[in-house]
Amino acid sequence: MISPRSPPGSSSQSPRSPSAPPFLSVTVTDPVKLGNGVQAYISYRVITKTNLPEYQGPEKIVIRRYSDFVWLHDRLAEKYRGIFIPPLPEKSAVEKFRFSAEFIEMRRQALDIFINRIASHPQLKQSEDLRTFLQEDEETMERARSQETGIFKKKPADLIQIFKDVQSKVSDVVLGKEKPVEESNPEYEKLKHYIFELEDHLAEAQRQAYRLVKRHRELGQSLSDFGKAIKLLGACEGDSLGKVFADLGSKSELLSIKLQKEAHNLLMNFEEPLKDYVRAVQSIKATMVDRANAFRQQCELAETTKLKEINLDKLMLMRSEKAMEAEIEYKELKAESEEATRRFETIVKLMSEEMVRFQEQKTADLGLAFHEFAKGQAKLANEIADAWRSLVPKLDACSPSLCS
Amino acid sequence: MMGPETHLGFGSPPREKMESLVLSDVASDYRSAMSSSLSAVVDGCDPLLSLPSPLSTSAAASSSSSFVDPPSYADVVFSPLDSQNGAAPDRPSLRRDSSSPRSDRAAASEYAKITVSDPQKEQDAVNSLVPGGGTYVTYLITSRTRAGGAEFRVRRRFRDVVTLADRLAEAYRGYFIQPRPDKNVVESQVMQKHEFVEQRRSAIEKYLWRLSVHPVIGKSEELRAFLQAQGKLPLPTSTDVASRMLDGAVRLPKQLFGEGPAGYVTPQDAVQPAKGGRDLLRIFKELKQSVANDWGVAKPPVVEEDKEFLERKEKMQDLEQQLSMASQQAEVLVKAQQDIGETMGQLGLAFIKLTKFETEEAIYNSQRVRATDAKCLATAAVKASRLYRELNAQTVKHLDTLHEYLGLMLAVQGAFSDRASALLTVQTLMSDLTSLHTRIDKLEAASSKIFGGDRSRMRKVEELKETIRVTEDAKCCALREYERIKENNRSELERLDRERHDDFLSMLKGFVINQAGYAEKIANVWAAVAEETSAYARQ
Repeated sequence: MISPRSPPGSSSQSPRSPSAPPFLSVTVTDPVKLGNGVQAYISYRVITKTNLPEYQGPEKIVIRRYSDFVWLHDRLAEKYRGIFIPPLPEKSAVEKFRFSAEFIEMRRQALDIFINRIASHPQLKQSEDLRTFLQEDEETMERARSQETGIFKKKPADLIQIFKDVQSKVSDVVLGKEKPVEESNPEYEKLKHYIFELEDHLAEAQRQAYRLVKRHRELGQSLSDFGKAIKLLGACEGDSLGKVFADLGSKSELLSIKLQKEAHNLLMNFEEPLKDYVRAVQSIKATMVDRANAFRQQCELAETTKLKEINLDKLMLMRSEKAMEAEIEYKELKAESEEATRRFETIVKLMSEEMVRFQEQKTADLGLAFHEFAKGQAKLANEIADAWRSLVPKLDACSPSLCS
Repeated sequence: MMGPETHLGFGSPPREKMESLVLSDVASDYRSAMSSSLSAVVDGCDPLLSLPSPLSTSAAASSSSSFVDPPSYADVVFSPLDSQNGAAPDRPSLRRDSSSPRSDRAAASEYAKITVSDPQKEQDAVNSLVPGGGTYVTYLITSRTRAGGAEFRVRRRFRDVVTLADRLAEAYRGYFIQPRPDKNVVESQVMQKHEFVEQRRSAIEKYLWRLSVHPVIGKSEELRAFLQAQGKLPLPTSTDVASRMLDGAVRLPKQLFGEGPAGYVTPQDAVQPAKGGRDLLRIFKELKQSVANDWGVAKPPVVEEDKEFLERKEKMQDLEQQLSMASQQAEVLVKAQQDIGETMGQLGLAFIKLTKFETEEAIYNSQRVRATDAKCLATAAVKASRLYRELNAQTVKHLDTLHEYLGLMLAVQGAFSDRASALLTVQTLMSDLTSLHTRIDKLEAASSKIFGGDRSRMRKVEELKETIRVTEDAKCCALREYERIKENNRSELERLDRERHDDFLSMLKGFVINQAGYAEKIANVWAAVAEETSAYARQ
């Protein structure tokens, strides 16, 4: 998007252009715990760097909390039906986990990804709500947050519940079990089934990924305990052999630390992207609900309009006084019906564009996740090999007892 | 239970076979993993031995010093295992590292091979009172001597093993004798289970083999009789309680009233610790003596002065404690390794399914690309899972040395208690002598007061002097026995220290090389994936 105020002749390709290409980049950082007891929450610093004219200056810092992000998400979901709104990380189900360092880091990363996805989406990034979120002071934000916001006026805690409700209704609505009114579009049918099955596969992969993280931690712990026990056992042996035991024990403890590190790496750079993928698919399902609703509305209005038209014709034929009124009503209804049709068609168009974007995005995201996974595993394995290998000369130097 | 590894797809397996990649036989139960990884090597085809050549070429490709070279690697890795020459038909031969200290020891043993196989259920001739009882299992014991090469086959039941163990314990006091496999309390109930029989078969085999490798026990007549005597085992079984009680009851009055030759410990008895039934009186006396020792009332002339021994005893106790801890942690480590391998495999499977799905449903090219990436990862994950499993099977074998020596600590305890009871016998006899001398002195003093002597008292004195002579003999025997046991203890401790040093060194080396080798292989697997996905790397 080129700003109309940028100097003439400037483009992202022009080497002579004094102004940089337009950019908008956001960082979510510095989680800080505020408040006490049950009311405690985490606040984040949101730093916006941009050269876009709609924004106040090159850099702006605001303080935001999770519910502010939820507000933004909900506003966008309301206004941009048909677009796959980037997913938010879930609210923590387990209370005591809420302030663990790991959870906070996972959430911070997810929020950062969320806001940047919005900032780089061709339509979403123009949203006024985004600007409000990125620039307004905390009081204004709080006021905005507490206003009614349509069907998503419920608190974040209920968002999950709504998603769950939506989920169960979605399969009925979207797969066309309950309502007889559904699109008879074979391509779209295929897409629906694809999305549903994809979610299952991804959820399974994410589950295994999380389990793998745990396994790394367990292996790390067992190596640490083993190392300690080996050291103590070595104390019973004498001299050179005892020393080797001690070295081995130390290496074992060292590797334990490396395993814990890799576990964290796996979590942030492999498991979380997989979870994010699952959430993205769920976002698509939400859009599908919107589409189904829009379709139903369009059909209903079309039906009603047609009936009204027939009725109007009848009245006009009878030269009734009600004909005038009926005509006005009919015209209004017709406009509404056309609006509903427009809305539906917009969603259909947007969805197909979004699908292409989504598939490409996911290939890139997953490719990166795979790369990080493989890199991490290779690095860990090499460290393990190096550590153990370093002991071999010492073991060789230890003479068998025949000589002693 | 894990079956033997038959499919080693180190190259990338054909597409259709991907889903049948060995994941269903992943042993989820730790115990079955333990036993199956041990038996997988002994019974089935061993994964490392049958490594296909693609692996060695990939190993050659890796620049770092190769721990991956199969032949030498396999040698070092296998040295902890019992190195038996020649193969029983159901057991492929294991490679021997000719320079490992353990195989040197094995080479000195009298027997080249001992195998336990073919469990058969047999019926007791006499119907047992216990319902469902009356049946027992016999095992075929095949052995071959190193000297003549003659092969012997006998059938034995577990009770025979117990008998062997008991007779060895009696005959070889002071030695560190491998503890025999456990009895099972509800034997006949558990007997039905195939798994139990297999466990027992394996345990008996290990036990016999370890006995045979002992420099002294291995040459014993008892072991030879067990391995070679056809028909019924020609070793005296522990006499059943009833007849012992009867014997004991008959001898007791004589012992208690101190009359006649039955009232004292004969030399041949002196070389055995007091046991129940026949030696009731002796037990009482020795108990009294040990109490006296404890309370320091009568200062025993023979004291366990051997400071060095006491120090070593303490060291042994410390060693046992640390071994127990280490053995425990080793088990936990093995479990963790098994788990991570399993989960890696499950992850691979999940991505295989995803790949298949995306490929089938692909509309956009980005999906096909993603499917390819996912397959790359899935294949690597399955490979890594395999490698973890192999690594673990080896780890189990290496760290088994810890369990082995922990078991041996029981033998050490037994040997030390042999020494203690021998010492107690000596002390008891010595205090016997002391009290006999005192009695003689008293009698002589009393009779000297009577003019011309007291004929009955003098007769008594003569009897007592006779008793003293016999008791002196017994004391000498007992002392000799005690010294013998002391010497056995000492030489065994030395041998234990020596062998333990070697075995532990071998264990650590094997463990470390094993870990390094497999870590290298796993690193290579993932490095390839990282390379293939490098286009996605963060800028």
